[in-house]
Amino acid sequence: MTPSALSRSANPPMAAFRLLSATTWRSCIRGLVGAAAWLTAAWVTAFWPDRPDTDWAYTGTLSAIFAACAVAVACISLAGIGSGTLRRLRRSAPWLLALALFFLAWEAATAKYGLLPLPFFPPPQAILEVMIDDWARLSDSIFASLLLLAGGVALGGSAGFLVGVAIGWSRAVGYWIHPVLRFIGPLPATAWLPLAFFIFPSSHSASTFLIALATGFPVTVLTWSGIASVNSAYYDIARTLGARPSFLVLKVAIPAAMPHVFVGLFMGLGNSFAVLVVAEMLGVKSGLGWYLQWAQGWAAYANMYAALFIMAAVCSGLVTLLFRLRDRLLSWQRGLLRW
Amino acid sequence: MVAAMPPNAATGFSETQPHRGAVLDVSSVSHAFELHGRPLSVLDRINFHVEPGEFVALLGPSGCGKSTLLRLVAGLEPPSAGQLSMDGRHIEGPDPSRVVVFQDPTLYPWRTVWRNVALGLEARNLLRHRREAVDDALRLVGLASFANAYPHQLSGGMAQRAALARALVNDPMLLILDEPFGQLDSLTRIAMQAELVSLWQRSSLTALLVTHDVEEALLLAGRVIVLSDRPARIRAEVVNSQPYPRHRGDPRLVELRREVFAHLGLDDSW
Repeated sequence: MTPSALSRSANPPMAAFRLLSATTWRSCIRGLVGAAAWLTAAWVTAFWPDRPDTDWAYTGTLSAIFAACAVAVACISLAGIGSGTLRRLRRSAPWLLALALFFLAWEAATAKYGLLPLPFFPPPQAILEVMIDDWARLSDSIFASLLLLAGGVALGGSAGFLVGVAIGWSRAVGYWIHPVLRFIGPLPATAWLPLAFFIFPSSHSASTFLIALATGFPVTVLTWSGIASVNSAYYDIARTLGARPSFLVLKVAIPAAMPHVFVGLFMGLGNSFAVLVVAEMLGVKSGLGWYLQWAQGWAAYANMYAALFIMAAVCSGLVTLLFRLRDRLLSWQRGLLRW
Repeated sequence: MVAAMPPNAATGFSETQPHRGAVLDVSSVSHAFELHGRPLSVLDRINFHVEPGEFVALLGPSGCGKSTLLRLVAGLEPPSAGQLSMDGRHIEGPDPSRVVVFQDPTLYPWRTVWRNVALGLEARNLLRHRREAVDDALRLVGLASFANAYPHQLSGGMAQRAALARALVNDPMLLILDEPFGQLDSLTRIAMQAELVSLWQRSSLTALLVTHDVEEALLLAGRVIVLSDRPARIRAEVVNSQPYPRHRGDPRLVELRREVFAHLGLDDSW
């Protein structure tokens, strides 16, 4: 018997085990490399001397966080086959490694070697310091921004939806509103800002109005186009089955237009972020936009980076939330289209 | 019409039920569309009468206006001239007693099959008391196990079957079929034609089928009304009294087919 025949005759469970262990090994190695990178970042942060003329608080905390990341990455990759969430996390192993290298480079280029000029490029521990020490003010700002945004988006979204349905459905409404929409719609909502702050009793109500305006325009246009593009055969079917006009609007036109409405909401939400930040920078005395402006006044660059980071997290979180909502409401679209 | 039905009538396909098919009268109906500012005549003085429970096919070349005629019968549009009436009553608008199965199944993609079939009952606020009617209609067309599927998960034949169930659940007296099998592959089409015949035989409803397929018309209908090119006029009426189930190779059918082709002016190519 030749050696190759011998190895071929190895019993199948053993072969399956070897196959399994091969992929597991690969994932383990990838995870361990990531963990090693995080560990290196932790070690560099903690034990390499900072530039002599600087004194950063929270260097130890940052190092501990990096070490915790290393442990987490190692656990994820060594935890065996695991469930869906774990597998998805494991698929982001390259990203986890890249992040570790990014932090390592950042830490080295700022705190350790001072390659980037201060105060414009603070090290990561300076931003951590802001997030911890100034958390009260930051959380207040997040809350204020979310409150303002929620009011404006809710108002603008619902008004835009109703107007869009009305224009799409009624020729008379379309005749009067369409020209107004075409003329005023393309105007950036921020152009109204100086006027709005005079006309409205408070900067909060003025900003709510502007955010509503910015959200409302795309929602109106997309809702309208959604209603207008409903397959006319849908109406024929419903009419032959005895549907009244209210049924045609509520149960045919609106559900058929919902995919468009969500595109409008997505665009409106993007607009609303821009208006929110500008309004907070120019008039409202709270919120993340105001925090950015305030930090700039003090030349507190670390605070600005912290606020920007939080802003990005909040905005992308809201967009993700909207997509989740759409996927839930429009689950019938699965397999039809994607955007 | 709905109120007159027994409270528990499901889809009304029991043999014991009295004759419920409608009488349809189309008298000197003409219709024209506006095209580039000029009237385009599509129907020219169409006259015919359909007895209750009869299966009549309207046969004509494509684009001759037969689908327009169906839209007028359904009440989706008023005719330019002439009169249509069902059971002696003037047709003024759509009514669930006359339901249409279009060439395209046009199921609502956001509704499950069950909720698509329930559409008519829901539109008339009858769904709460007649949920079993939906189940019955789905069972009738063999889609009971697909009640919770979405339309994009169905094949073409299944979608058209669901469209048929959506029509039948309303207890129609007149079933209007606008080339209902036109988009199906030939094997599915043959199967669905047989299903339609047995369904119509078990019920008592009147059926009006529009088609450009001579074989389909002769296979399904008791009477074939042959229409001319646009503007459509009635060229001939061919009565087919062959018993069901009919077979494509039946010599009598072959003979009738030759006759119909002659009426269409295509006897040379046959």
